[in-house]
Amino acid sequence: MVWFRKPKYTIVTPQAKRAKIPDGLWIRCNDCGELIFKKEWENNLKVCPKCNYHFQLRAKERLEITVDEGTFEEDNKSLAPIDFLKFIDKKPYKERIIENQEKAQLNDAVITGCGYIEKIKTAIAVLDFNFMGGSMGSVMGEKITRLIEKATDLKIPLLIVSSSGGARMQEGIISLFQMSKTVAALELHNKAKLLFISLLTHPTTGGVTASFASIGDIIIAEAKTLIGFAGPRVIEQTIKEKLPYKFQQSEFLLEHGLIDMVVNRKNVKNVLGRFLHFFC
Amino acid sequence: MAIVGSLDFEKPIEEIEDKIAELSKLTQEREIDFSQEIKKLEVKAQEMKKEVFSNLTPWQKVLMARHTGRPSTMDYIRMIFKDFIELCGDRLFKEDKAIVGGIAELDDYKVFIIGHRKGKDTKSNLEYNFGMPHPEGYRKAIRLANLAEKFSKPIITFIDTPGAYPGVGAEERGQGEAIARTLQVFSKIQVPIIVVIIGEGGSGGALAIGIGNRILMLEHAVYSVISPEGCAAILWNDPSKTIEAAKNLSLTANDLVRLKVIDEIIKEPVGGAHRSPEEASCLVKDSIISCLKELQEIPISELALERYQKLRKIGKYLE
Repeated sequence: MVWFRKPKYTIVTPQAKRAKIPDGLWIRCNDCGELIFKKEWENNLKVCPKCNYHFQLRAKERLEITVDEGTFEEDNKSLAPIDFLKFIDKKPYKERIIENQEKAQLNDAVITGCGYIEKIKTAIAVLDFNFMGGSMGSVMGEKITRLIEKATDLKIPLLIVSSSGGARMQEGIISLFQMSKTVAALELHNKAKLLFISLLTHPTTGGVTASFASIGDIIIAEAKTLIGFAGPRVIEQTIKEKLPYKFQQSEFLLEHGLIDMVVNRKNVKNVLGRFLHFFC
Repeated sequence: MAIVGSLDFEKPIEEIEDKIAELSKLTQEREIDFSQEIKKLEVKAQEMKKEVFSNLTPWQKVLMARHTGRPSTMDYIRMIFKDFIELCGDRLFKEDKAIVGGIAELDDYKVFIIGHRKGKDTKSNLEYNFGMPHPEGYRKAIRLANLAEKFSKPIITFIDTPGAYPGVGAEERGQGEAIARTLQVFSKIQVPIIVVIIGEGGSGGALAIGIGNRILMLEHAVYSVISPEGCAAILWNDPSKTIEAAKNLSLTANDLVRLKVIDEIIKEPVGGAHRSPEEASCLVKDSIISCLKELQEIPISELALERYQKLRKIGKYLE
């Protein structure tokens, strides 16, 4: 009789283990790399429960969690981009427009309109990164300018939720001038002593940072948001150094006095409501 | 006479010009009459210049706009204005030499000048950071614009920059905010603003001091949402596509008139402003003065509105 026997193990192949997870139930966090149960992630407003990384929201989703239910009325929905420069890079801009319209189910990268936030009527623009990286061309410039003008006319506060890679190169110089157009409109809103809140969400860079996004009376950023004028890659190429991990994140901007506060997504509506009730 | 940093497409012209110089020298030294030959060559050179410089490709225009021999903001200040006094500092952080500002006289007008400052050689370029401002440069521009408004003096800006500087300090001190705030102030200031794009109009860093009642642009200057190099790297993922990017971006003065972004093109002397800076400066001066005269007629309280109405029209979309 053998007193000591080697224990027997069953070998579980990794493939077999993985096969047990049905597709679409889990997602991986872009930041910490952990697996998150999708239901939990959705209930948490698409914020990673492990590291607090805020995933991008579609413009429609943002409106749903920000505006009082059923109060949002969209304006200028039909405005659509045209390829007036006949711009062709790897693909013609014309094709990019159609592709992105199908993919994002939007005419361009912004939704504008009026709705109530915590019972206060507010003019609201939400950028959608899913449409050509939330880039600002003629349509975004025009829709935002019209919205600001409407807010000035109606004497109501304004909220712009940014998420953008910057100006849309395919519209050349015209896209650059949307920066000055929107800022000039904002100045008239400002002169009328009306409140403008800028909410920065991941990522906000380039021409959007260098125009309306940076001159809110109040500037709020969601946690772990990349915010900057030049993107980190451009800076790394210029200074030939690796940038620290936290560089250009919302917490970094708070430290440097560029924004008022960093807020977790679940508290954003409440914070907006408090500002609106104080100022309006 | 070869100009330092001459461009490829200028070479054939320079060869003829060298020949002319050689013949003139021989005429003097050996007392042989070459005047007929010289005349012929001069006509040929002139024709060639017209031919080459009226058909520059967008990329060649970019090279012209960046030409180190091209008159810079400092050159125009020296050639056009008198009694220039430089004003320094943003009163917040430091003096940024990439933007120069000050007061001067232009004929009978007392004006403020704000412009990007590029160097002519490595040493001066390092000193002026290649004309790429930090936030404090824009904040100086804001300070001077407010001062100009306080004393009802017109502002003339000169644009010539590769762009706002992309660096750690610039980001820490809010490059985006500085540009946006400059746009805001320039949109509301109640004095005439004349913008002259003299060389390279590089993106937001150029636009910041580019809101004006009149926007003038030199014939061979460029103005773009992004540099052709940057555009090629991002959209094509291929730095060799720079020339194609330049073509697509519509960045020449003719493009900008067609797109109704600028008001007027200032013709350059044949062969470009760098070949006869004095002549170029006279043309720039004339254009600025005629704009100043026009703008004098507009009541000061309507100037900001006029600028807004001009900006308001820029954009092309389907309704």
